[in-house]
Amino acid sequence: MQQLSGPIKYQEWNLDTAKMAVQEFRGRTGGVMLALHRIQQLFGYIDPSAMTMLGKVFNLSRAEIHGVASFYHDYKTSKPGKYTVKVCQAEACQAMGSVKLTEDIKSFLGVDFHETTASGDFTLEPVYCLGNCACSPNIMVDQETYGRVSIDGFKALTESLSAATSEESV
Amino acid sequence: MSIKIYIPRETTSASLGAELIAKAIDTEARYRNLEIELVRNGSRGACFLEPLIEVETDNGRVGYGPITLEDVPDLFDADFLHGGQHSKALGDVNELPWFKNQERLTFARCGIIEATSVPAYESLGGFVGLKNALAKDSDGIIAEMTDSGLRGRGGAAFPTAIKWRTVADCVADQKYIVCNADEGDSGTFADRLIMEGDPLSLIEGMTIAGLAVGADTGYVYLRSEYPLTQRILNEAIENAKAAGFLGVNIQGSGKNFHLEVFMGAGAYICGEETSLLESLEGKRGQIRFKPPLPAIEGLFGKPTVVNNVITLASVPVILEKGGKHYANYGQGRSLGTMPFQLGGNIKEGGLIEKAFGLTLRNLIEDFGAGTHSGRPLRAVQVGGPLGAYFPESLLDTQLDYEEFAKAGGMLGHGGVVVFDDSVDMAKQARFSMEFCAVESCGKCTPCRIGSVRGMEVIDKIVEAADETERETQHIILKDLCDTMESASLCAMGGLTPIPVMSAVKNFSADFNKGEH
Repeated sequence: MQQLSGPIKYQEWNLDTAKMAVQEFRGRTGGVMLALHRIQQLFGYIDPSAMTMLGKVFNLSRAEIHGVASFYHDYKTSKPGKYTVKVCQAEACQAMGSVKLTEDIKSFLGVDFHETTASGDFTLEPVYCLGNCACSPNIMVDQETYGRVSIDGFKALTESLSAATSEESV
Repeated sequence: MSIKIYIPRETTSASLGAELIAKAIDTEARYRNLEIELVRNGSRGACFLEPLIEVETDNGRVGYGPITLEDVPDLFDADFLHGGQHSKALGDVNELPWFKNQERLTFARCGIIEATSVPAYESLGGFVGLKNALAKDSDGIIAEMTDSGLRGRGGAAFPTAIKWRTVADCVADQKYIVCNADEGDSGTFADRLIMEGDPLSLIEGMTIAGLAVGADTGYVYLRSEYPLTQRILNEAIENAKAAGFLGVNIQGSGKNFHLEVFMGAGAYICGEETSLLESLEGKRGQIRFKPPLPAIEGLFGKPTVVNNVITLASVPVILEKGGKHYANYGQGRSLGTMPFQLGGNIKEGGLIEKAFGLTLRNLIEDFGAGTHSGRPLRAVQVGGPLGAYFPESLLDTQLDYEEFAKAGGMLGHGGVVVFDDSVDMAKQARFSMEFCAVESCGKCTPCRIGSVRGMEVIDKIVEAADETERETQHIILKDLCDTMESASLCAMGGLTPIPVMSAVKNFSADFNKGEH
């Protein structure tokens, strides 16, 4: 198991940058979601201050924007770790031992779902199906899916990912 | 002359290291001064053989799989570029019984051609259906669809031609084609495989749907768990546009069709069509009351065809070979072929496209070769998280919409998840309720609250101190499931009782901890 791309480089939160970045979605089909996606891609999360700004851009109330942002599992309102690890919790993976794998991953990383490790490297999330059900159990790290994952494979992967981030910070 | 090597670029292969293998093969070939051409196809659907690498030789395409990074130097030493012998050599892949015993119509090209190439697509019948459709009027196209007997492959199995007819008959300034690619059901991956392996078939199908109903705009609502699929689909859209099969004035016909991929944001409920439309409008993915049907008031209140990926990707072959040809497959009211997806605890899992009518046992034993763990099979869930759990004794049920319904199940999107005897069915039943609680859109009470109460009641059943208490809780669970089934607004709350009650009925011992 080896990650092809390094950690996603997120920018520090900046409301003006966010505002500039979402202008193109005004009047587009599903514009609010396109804007939320874009903000999350840039910063890794959607700062609560974006809600008022988006309301003005799309001529909606802050509550309506918050309603959309809070409905979907993908949108985060706090900064995630350098990598987001999603572990599949759905039936096909359960049939291949994902319940035990999830427990092992939680204890190895020392976090529960929706938490970030003390090192700031990994945020752990549940996911329901990655569409790779004949090669279970599956996990996803950022944009990359891994099949037939064992706890040993996972440990090796996270070690190489942590090493990659510390190299970058040198 | 350079030798063609096919290495799939799709999620299953990538999840097992295919990208690194492709790089390693390229590097090794350079080092050895061998001229190769890497072709990036999709998966043929034999997930258990992925990454499956094929080499074009004088004796046809020779396969090797499943390949790991460590195998690469060995493959070169074994002269795999000329079909040399190797422990992972599979010979001519088409001759493997796993493929030979399938009946591929929708997936005929998938895994065989370079996924996003228009010339490769056309070399195997691609865009013939669209050209035929351009020569017909709306009624002519819909007549072919009626002849085909195609029913929605997303799960509800509604006749596609009737839906199209409804939209075609609406008078409106704007109509839409929306493809439901929010493939959230566990155990299903057919949508992803076709979008990654033969995306042009979906694009062609949507364009034909647009011609049939008079819509010039389409959206593919794609789940965010499929980022690679998004990249491949977008490439295919660009290629189709450049070749004049999409966009303005398609093939000089004066007809237009614009297509865009829209990414979801992680919500199972957005696979429900009205919730999907809300989401596509940029709102919370909460379901709408029906009626009005989306066919009459859909996206932005306009007449909208909402079809599943496989439904739309089956349209080109119907227009290419005729509706009657498609209807020659299958039986009764389940006509054509169905791409079944075999996953979970299975030795040889993947996508099996077959005419309706084979049994669950055929699928699991003949294709799947039994459980991955080698332990006895105990339960099979068909049709995703809202499908019934079948015991071994129901394996002879025919895979057919009506036959499955008679046996108390539903075929849904054709996903089959196998469990061995280590499964605890009370936990599976509880999970069904838990999943419903996590993913409920919250609009109706039976789903939102019922699912939470359901978890609690199942806990009480399992922990019951005596038989009387357990009986009482069983009565409550039954009552709760009745309420959810008849009073929920959509299939999420309405069908969650199916896996729960099927587990109770078929695996009652698991709910009685004392007897374990």
